[in-house]
Amino acid sequence: MKTYRPFLLLSASLLVILALSVLLGRYPTPTLMSWDLLRSDPMARRVVLYLRLPRILTACLLGMALSAAGMVMQMIFRNPLVEPGFLGVSHGAAFGAAFSIIFLGASGIWMQVLAAFFACLGLGLSYFVAKRIRYGGWTLRLVLAGIAVSALFSSTNGLLKYIADPLSQLPEITFWLLGGLSGTTWEKALLILPVVLSALALMLLMRWRLNLLALDDETVFSLGTAPARERTVLLIAAVIATASVVSVAGVVGWIGLIVPHMARRLLGSDAKRALPGAVLIGGIFAVLCDDIGRTAFAGEIPLGILTSLLGALLFLSMMVSRDQELKR
Amino acid sequence: MTLPIITLSNIQFSYDGRDHKILDGLSLEITPGSVTAILGPNGAGKTTLLHLILGLLAPSEGTVLLAQRPRTRYARRDLGKLVGLVSQDEYIPFNFTVLEYVLLGRAPHLQLLQTPGAEDTAIAQEALAQIGLQDLQNRSIRSLSGGERQLVMVARALTQQPRILLLDEPTAHLDLSNKGRVLGLMRQLTTAGVTVVFTTHEPELAASVAEFVVLMRHGETLAAGLAADVLTSAALSNTYGVAVEVIQVNGRSVILPPVAVERIGS
Repeated sequence: MKTYRPFLLLSASLLVILALSVLLGRYPTPTLMSWDLLRSDPMARRVVLYLRLPRILTACLLGMALSAAGMVMQMIFRNPLVEPGFLGVSHGAAFGAAFSIIFLGASGIWMQVLAAFFACLGLGLSYFVAKRIRYGGWTLRLVLAGIAVSALFSSTNGLLKYIADPLSQLPEITFWLLGGLSGTTWEKALLILPVVLSALALMLLMRWRLNLLALDDETVFSLGTAPARERTVLLIAAVIATASVVSVAGVVGWIGLIVPHMARRLLGSDAKRALPGAVLIGGIFAVLCDDIGRTAFAGEIPLGILTSLLGALLFLSMMVSRDQELKR
Repeated sequence: MTLPIITLSNIQFSYDGRDHKILDGLSLEITPGSVTAILGPNGAGKTTLLHLILGLLAPSEGTVLLAQRPRTRYARRDLGKLVGLVSQDEYIPFNFTVLEYVLLGRAPHLQLLQTPGAEDTAIAQEALAQIGLQDLQNRSIRSLSGGERQLVMVARALTQQPRILLLDEPTAHLDLSNKGRVLGLMRQLTTAGVTVVFTTHEPELAASVAEFVVLMRHGETLAAGLAADVLTSAALSNTYGVAVEVIQVNGRSVILPPVAVERIGS
């Protein structure tokens, strides 16, 4: 029972935060909406049903997907300093989305397909470049390669912005690059729901294997495993989950880095416990950030800005208090 | 006559098709339930040999038979049940607990989506007890000393319950007492029918525990056979290219490294 307690606590916290988030917002005043108002005001019901619910659901999926993808990538690349945003995945996906906005008229499915394609390309390029770099250890090389590939996609995104129609296409692309959920609809949320849930299910089902895949190749092989095949399956699941959420929310950074670290602190390094923990914490973190972003000020703060701010601060505080890590 | 559990016939191997051969025409038979030591200077091809037995590398020519069956005919998981490996300086990037790490040895016995159960945990705990580290099971890997970590890796391989255990320089980071522990364990394993093959830079370890010794240099087998027959002054001197003296003290071979030989000689 004791071993399940943190999960019960996290699940309960997520449910409470989801319920409160539905009532939280700037309509009619920037506080919690009362239950009576929700029953009596048709406008309030519409706000909740058509604006807040799909948005909260998407925020939750986004947090869960990025956290799980982050943990999968950290373990597979044997590098606790990587996340989808650092490996060219998020920027690749944003490039795919921007490309489809300009050249294909931004249909939902195409945007997801192109985002997924360029996310895979970004990851593949980062990995390929890291293998070729002749400087430093694997951790450093992968981070350096990821930064370079992300910068490459960022600059091509800049080019796309330059040629985009300033009235119709540019605002949409800019929204993508900042990362946000203000344009979320049920249609978008339901489009990514099955994809994200399937990818999450696969990652969760293979969670114990992740521990195995974090060992070096010869040991993994000696344990009767096909490391390349299993790593590819898990990476595809991670990239598809990331690309799906990026295709509706734009580039939202740092969640994939910081949440797996929080989960390990709380539940230990064994992915059997840490991965489900990261999924729950990721949901909570993203929904809370989105709550702050849409409620704190009259003008909305894009989600990507908030997650980067909080993520970077949390990361810095964890980096300087290393002693906690050694407890487990 | 017992049939060999490992048979290597005329093995040739070079990395990435390069001309320089790491192993050139190596043949070897290893008896089940024995301890075999592979000795040789750096770059002799000792680790490559272990990787060829494991199947991590494929020979460019020659065959590897495990339990009389070509290694290539084994499914990956079956190979994992048959052969275990403890490699040199395994880097573990995440801070698992000792038990979590040792449990990974159960992988070949579990299906793809299965997680270890109570029985697997019991086997892992037994492996830790066998090596005398049962009290460390909840400690984090990073908090262990180098020697303890090395022993935990051996426990992980024991949890795998392999019939063949390959150890790549298993005593490299160990102090005298832990060395004794590993050597004792090797003997103990052979009584349970496990075949142990280990590489080492210390001929005296080979002399103290191995029944069979293989001397290698530049990918060639210089000598292979019973330890007492192979560990001679001439053979060791030839292998390492320096004067090595083997003397007998109370019926045991004592190997004197070059400096000691020079001093005794002067």
